Amino acid sequence: MAQNVDQIKDHVELFHQPEYQELFQAKKEFEDAHPADEVARIAEWTKSWDYREKNFAREALTVNPAKACQPLGAIFAAAGFEGTLPFVHGSQGCVAYFRTHLTRHFKEPFSAVSSSMTEDAAVFGGLQNMIDGLANAYALYKPKMIAMCTTCMAEVIGDDLQAFIKTSRDKGSIPEDFPVPYAHTPSFVGSHITGYDNMLKGILLNLTEGKKQATTNGKLNFIPGFDTYTGNPRELKRILSLFGIDHTILADNSTALDSPNEGEFVMYQGNTTLEEAADSINAEATFAFQAHSTVKTREYIEQEWGQKTAVYRPVGIRGTDELIQALSEFSGKPIPRELEIERGRALDAMTDSQAWIHGKRVALYGDPDLVYGLVSFLLELGAEPTHIVVTNSNEVFEAELQALLDSSQYGKGATIWGGKDLWHLRSLMFTEPVDLLIGNSYGKYLWRDTHTPLVRIGYPIFDRHHLHRYNTWGYTGVLNLLNWIINTILDELDRSTIIPAKTDISYDLIR
Amino acid sequence: MTYTEDKPAPELDKKAIIQEVLEAYPDKARKKREKHLNVYEEGKSDCGVKSNIKSVPGVMTTRGCAYAGAKGVVWGPVKDMIHLSHGPVGCGYYSWSGRRNYYIGTTGIDTFGTMQFTSDFQERDIVFGGDKKLAKLLTEMNELFPLVKGVTIESECPIGLIGDDIEAVAKKSAKEIGKPVIPVRCEGFRGVSQSLGHHIANDTVRDWALPVADKLRKEGKLTNNEPTPYDVAVIGDYNIGGDAWSSRILLEEMGLRVVTQFSGDGTWNEVLNTTTVKLNLIHCYRSMNYICRHMEEAYGIPWLEFNFFGPTHIAESLRKIADRFDDKIREGAERVIAKYQAQSDAVIAKYRPRLEGKTVMLMVGGLRPRHVIPAFRDLGMTVVGTGYEFGHGDDYKRTTEYVDDGTVIYDDVSGFEFEEFARKLKPDLIAAGIKEKYVFQKMALPFRQMHSWDYSGPYHGYDGFAIFARDMDLALNSPTWGLIKAPWKQTEATV
Repeated sequence: MAQNVDQIKDHVELFHQPEYQELFQAKKEFEDAHPADEVARIAEWTKSWDYREKNFAREALTVNPAKACQPLGAIFAAAGFEGTLPFVHGSQGCVAYFRTHLTRHFKEPFSAVSSSMTEDAAVFGGLQNMIDGLANAYALYKPKMIAMCTTCMAEVIGDDLQAFIKTSRDKGSIPEDFPVPYAHTPSFVGSHITGYDNMLKGILLNLTEGKKQATTNGKLNFIPGFDTYTGNPRELKRILSLFGIDHTILADNSTALDSPNEGEFVMYQGNTTLEEAADSINAEATFAFQAHSTVKTREYIEQEWGQKTAVYRPVGIRGTDELIQALSEFSGKPIPRELEIERGRALDAMTDSQAWIHGKRVALYGDPDLVYGLVSFLLELGAEPTHIVVTNSNEVFEAELQALLDSSQYGKGATIWGGKDLWHLRSLMFTEPVDLLIGNSYGKYLWRDTHTPLVRIGYPIFDRHHLHRYNTWGYTGVLNLLNWIINTILDELDRSTIIPAKTDISYDLIR
Repeated sequence: MTYTEDKPAPELDKKAIIQEVLEAYPDKARKKREKHLNVYEEGKSDCGVKSNIKSVPGVMTTRGCAYAGAKGVVWGPVKDMIHLSHGPVGCGYYSWSGRRNYYIGTTGIDTFGTMQFTSDFQERDIVFGGDKKLAKLLTEMNELFPLVKGVTIESECPIGLIGDDIEAVAKKSAKEIGKPVIPVRCEGFRGVSQSLGHHIANDTVRDWALPVADKLRKEGKLTNNEPTPYDVAVIGDYNIGGDAWSSRILLEEMGLRVVTQFSGDGTWNEVLNTTTVKLNLIHCYRSMNYICRHMEEAYGIPWLEFNFFGPTHIAESLRKIADRFDDKIREGAERVIAKYQAQSDAVIAKYRPRLEGKTVMLMVGGLRPRHVIPAFRDLGMTVVGTGYEFGHGDDYKRTTEYVDDGTVIYDDVSGFEFEEFARKLKPDLIAAGIKEKYVFQKMALPFRQMHSWDYSGPYHGYDGFAIFARDMDLALNSPTWGLIKAPWKQTEATV
């Protein structure tokens, strides 16, 4: 009898009871499974240099990639704008997937609609779906703006968003002056960070049309990029308030993706008003906190708005230093004492902990800008980035990251593996083991296989709660990153020294 | 004290509520949606709603696509095959490890369930076609994963639009690698939901897997070459949180020999051996009735729908199954029922007093909107509204066995409708999917995911029922709900 009502066992324990263990054993008879020694032999082989070479010779197959597709980034970008409903033109299953994915990470509702195109739309085009879809979405969900992007289905059949939106407007689906910015976001080009860029550009283009004034509004614009830490926009606002800098974040989705529970579901919680966004064309300059998710947007801002843009990645000490100095220069104000104290506190923490990370070899993967910031911070700590996998890489990024690695003696042992996936990384970690892995939740499979402890930083994080609520930017962000990294190392140390009378000589109370 | 405890039982005109909710729609959409909403009347043989119809654009349907049904549901859990997401990277990425189809195996070596294999289409593949890439990657796959038993190719939207001939590639590659390669035309735009993907995947079992079984049988090479009179297959249990195992254990205990789990924790060999069984036992009727019907016609294997949610229905199902066999099995069934009686009684004695009288609104995929109702009922709870994401007419007919008079029925409910119904029906618990979970939790409504069991489970079988009861209790009676309203904002009397 497996269950005792006073201590009900779920899957974690239930299946380790003898009756289930017997069941598993008996089931093998029907599986025609490979002999255990053959499985063990192949498992060993996958750890070898021979396997690594074959694995890296792959040209067509992708296994466990660390990238998503464009529309996910597009609807993420839209969520920061006031009253904005993301609308994805194409097959409906995609939207179910995006909403699920974002919801599993943030543990928040994510509202987005689809034009639910089916086979007839594949033949005749999706115009009628858009006409109906816009009318229904507008009537039911009463948005202030609908931000439209596409799935690959709509892209392959060549639906023309601009023309379709105009026709829908003419047919009365939405009012004449109702904003429907759009972006073509084919999933066979780039990745989610490309979609973020395309959608943001589309939204800004739409909202700022005809809003250019003769003089600037004195503000600074900030573009977070595909950044999934809701603590970040909050930290940015706090820093800006210390300088007294008037600003617009394009766009601030930190409430939409981390909303309070007050007993009511509030569908739209984008913090950036449409009015502010429209006026962003008149700002003094735009600072982007990611380069590779904002390429087209920055180019557009520079060329069409005639506005200066700059990229800062306020991750780690130097990255934050650069931003803080730039803010000081922009505002003409000295760096607030409060920030100096925070910097000192972050450095105090780093010097307290550095002995545990110094010289540790680290494998990491993620989006280009995330990886850049983390590498920069690891080098500051004296850690040695070793395998750097960026599935959605590009040449510009690789050159810039290489320059960063070359600037430090701790970066000498690093290799950037652009376009590779996590199955490649598995080979790297078996043939050239490291002490620590940094990545999203999918890294847990590499943790299991290679026994390399995992620090969860990035997107998605499905299997740990609340990490996304913290900030990684700024000097206070240093404390969070350091906390996650150092305490993962110390937890692992305890785990590996916990066997009484065997390994527990090093099971130390004080570390 | 819970936030919901003091609400009076609502006496509601539910038809009026439906009309009220429909008023928000533009005319065209309202006319479509009103056919999907109804109030069940006792004695009727149907729920009186239309179903399996295209979703209305722009309304936030919860539905997915054919790819999700084929890769995510039917084929995906077959653990010793690789299931390739063929096309751009997203579909495979979003469905990667999303459904907790538990399995035993060394992942990446002899099993592949929690991995993501994709052809990661780029623009050039769209323009020039992806067949060459597909052929090449199948060779690479077989070299890097030599113990793989076979491959299924799940087409994503572009494949069907650019005219690739994946069937030809599959046939050629199968010869080359000496293993089955099964093309599945489950492009996401086909059909109106996941449901057609199930059907398409079932058809590929019929057309690409069963012929292999037939050939092996002729050659005497099927591994189950000495079938017993008690051989059964468990069909349409995807082993979410281990559901198929807590079901299998009961079938084995009553004396049956479970030859196949299709597809949770299943293998290619089990798929083939399905053709040798005496009875197909189908749990998720919606997703796999097609192959059961085919096997009934082609092999004379009868099938039986069973329900292992809640002790009342488990006992009913065990007896129904046993009746298809002999006295030995009938005795076995009684023995199993008797064995678990004390366990279930203890669960009910502990949890029923904490859950008695609570109301539930359900919205799940193609099976659970009816199947879980008896488990709630065993705990004294009442389902006041239910509906399917992608059910068909036959599902709504089958639902009448389960629902009470006055239950609100909603098919392919939109986000807007679901929220409005919840506001008006004021259930104590909502049980639906991840996309809905946090919407309702923000409304201070206790919620459990009924697709993934909220990462708990299993919920099937007697062992599963204990977990189900525990989980409903912890959701409903969590002290957190009572803290949501700040004391200075509680305007209504709470005494």
